[in-house]
Amino acid sequence: MTALSKNRRLFGSLLASLLAQLATGRTKNRHLMGWLLASPMALVLMVFLVLPIVMIVIVSFWGATEFSIYPAFQWDNYQFLLTSPVTYKVFLNTFKYAVLTWAFTLTIGFTVAYFLAFHVRSLTWQIALFLLCTIPFWTSNIIRMISWIPFLGRNGIANSTLMSMGVIDEPLEWLLYSDFSVILAFVHLYTLFMVVPIFNTMMRIDRSLIEAAYDSGATGWQTLTNVIIPLCKPGIMIGSIFVVTLVMGDFITVRFMSGSQSANVGRLISNDIGLLQYPSAAATAVILLITVLMVIGLLLRFVDIRKEL
Amino acid sequence: MDRRPRSFYVLAAFFTLFLLFLYGPTFTIAILSFQGPEGGLTFPMRGVSLHWFRDLFEQQAVGDIWGSFGRSFVLGLMVMVTTVVVSVMGGLAFRKRFAGSAVLFYLVVTSLVIPSILVSLGVGLIFSQSGLDVHWATSGFGSQLTWTLPFGLLIMFAVFNRFDKSYEEAARDQGASAWQTIRHVVLPIIAPSLIGVALFGFTLSYDEFARTLLTAGSHNTLPLEIYGMTTNVTTPVIFALGTLTTAFSLVVIGVFLATVWTMNRRRARQGSDAGQGMV
Repeated sequence: MTALSKNRRLFGSLLASLLAQLATGRTKNRHLMGWLLASPMALVLMVFLVLPIVMIVIVSFWGATEFSIYPAFQWDNYQFLLTSPVTYKVFLNTFKYAVLTWAFTLTIGFTVAYFLAFHVRSLTWQIALFLLCTIPFWTSNIIRMISWIPFLGRNGIANSTLMSMGVIDEPLEWLLYSDFSVILAFVHLYTLFMVVPIFNTMMRIDRSLIEAAYDSGATGWQTLTNVIIPLCKPGIMIGSIFVVTLVMGDFITVRFMSGSQSANVGRLISNDIGLLQYPSAAATAVILLITVLMVIGLLLRFVDIRKEL
Repeated sequence: MDRRPRSFYVLAAFFTLFLLFLYGPTFTIAILSFQGPEGGLTFPMRGVSLHWFRDLFEQQAVGDIWGSFGRSFVLGLMVMVTTVVVSVMGGLAFRKRFAGSAVLFYLVVTSLVIPSILVSLGVGLIFSQSGLDVHWATSGFGSQLTWTLPFGLLIMFAVFNRFDKSYEEAARDQGASAWQTIRHVVLPIIAPSLIGVALFGFTLSYDEFARTLLTAGSHNTLPLEIYGMTTNVTTPVIFALGTLTTAFSLVVIGVFLATVWTMNRRRARQGSDAGQGMV
C-alpha cells in the first residue's frame, strides 16, 4: 500500500514538473521533456512488445508435456527444429510466398502509383482515387479473404466464365485452395502497402527534374528508369519492408486460402500453439523473428525511413 | 490542356482493372448475401431474400456475434483514443531529438514489422505464466496498441515534417507559453491529421485478428468470431455478416473522411486573410 502511494506520489510529482515546464515554457532539459512525452509509448512497447519477446525467448528453452509447460534450460526445441527437414521446407515455402508476393505487389503497386502521381492531373482527383485505393486497408482482411470463395471455387465465377467461353472443358481445381489462391490473396491484401509509400515519394519528386530529362532528350522510358525509379527507391523499400514482413509473419491467409494444404512458418507456430506446445512454438517464433529482422536489416541499408515520410 | 499521351489510356485501363480486383470480390459477396434461403456460397442466385441477414439475429444460427460486435466497437474506441493521445505525445517528443530517441524509434519499427503472432504468443504467455486472465480489454487492448501506435507515430512524423515552425515562433514571440502554443497553435493546425490517426486507430483495432487471437480471452472480438465461423459455417450467413461489417467499416471511414473534409473547408473559409485585406 505504501509502495503504491509512493509510486503515485512520484508519478504525481513527475506530472506536476511536466506541467510546470510546459506552463513556464522554459524547458531546460529537452531530453527530460522528450522522455516524459514519449513515456506512454515507451511503456506500451516495453510491456507489450519487449517483454513478450523476452518471454518468448525464455519459453523457447522450456520443456513441455502433453498438458503443460515447465521451466527448464534445454536446447531440445531448437535442436528438433533445426534438424527437421520439415523446417527447411516450410521456411523455403515462406520465402517463396514472400518473393512472389513482393514481385507482384511491387509491379502492380508501382504502376498504380505512377498513374496516380504522373497521369492524373488534378489534385482533387488524385486524392479521390488514392483514397479509393486505400479504403480496403481499413476493412477486415478476413472478410476480404472469404470474398474470394465465390470467385475461385469449383463452381465459382472464374470457372463458370471460362467454361462458358469455351476456354476450358472442366473446372480448374487449382484456383482455390492452392498456392495460386494464397499468392492471389496476398497480392489482393497487401498491394496497398506498396501503393501508398511509392505514391508518397513520387509526389515529392520535383517536376522540373522530369522536364529537365525531357529537355535533355530522354525518352519517356529513359526518364522512368533513370530519373523516376531511382528517386522512388525509398518508397519502394518501405513498401517492400511492409509486404515482406506481413507475408513472412502471416499464418491466417495461408491457412485459409490453401485450405490447410500448404504451410509457412506462421502456420507451424500456430499449429504448435493449437497443440499447447508453447516452447516449440516459441523456438520457431524466435527463428522467424531473427529471419525477419535480418531481411529488414538488409532492406533498411537502402533507406532512412524517418526522412522519407 | 494538351492531349493525353497514349500511355495514359493504357495506365488508366490498368488502374481500372486494379480497382476491379480490389473491390470485385467484396461486391460479389455483397450480392451473394442476398441469396434466397436455398442458395449456396456461389452463383447462381436462388431467389433474392433477406433470409441470411435475419439469421444473424438468431443466436443459435451464428453464435454471439452481437456481443462480439459490441466488444470490438468498445475496444476500437479505446484503442482509437489511446493511439491519438500517445502518438501526439510521441510526435512532440521526437521533435526534441532527445537522447535515446533512436532506440525508441527502432522499437517502434520493430513493433510494426514483428509478425503479429509473436505479439499474440508472447503476451498470452506472460499473462498465463503470471496467473492473470487474458481479456480483450487488457491484454487484447495492449497487443493491438503495438500495431496502431507505430502507424500513429509515423503519421505524426509525416505531419511534423511538413509543419511550419514559424507559427510556433510567432506564438512564442507574442508571449504564449509552451503549453499555450501547443493548445492554441499546434493542435488546431494538426487536427485534421489527428482525425486520420483516429481512423487508423479505430479501424485497425476493429479488424485486427492475429494480435488478438491469443490475447482476447474467453470473450471473442468480431474478427475472431468471424474466423471461427469460417471453419464451421457453410451458408451465405457468413457473407451477410461480412457485408454488414464491411458496410459498418465503410460508414466509419465515411464519417472520418467527412469530418476531415468539413474541417478543411471551414479552415479555408475562416483561415488567414493575409494578402486579401485592404492595403
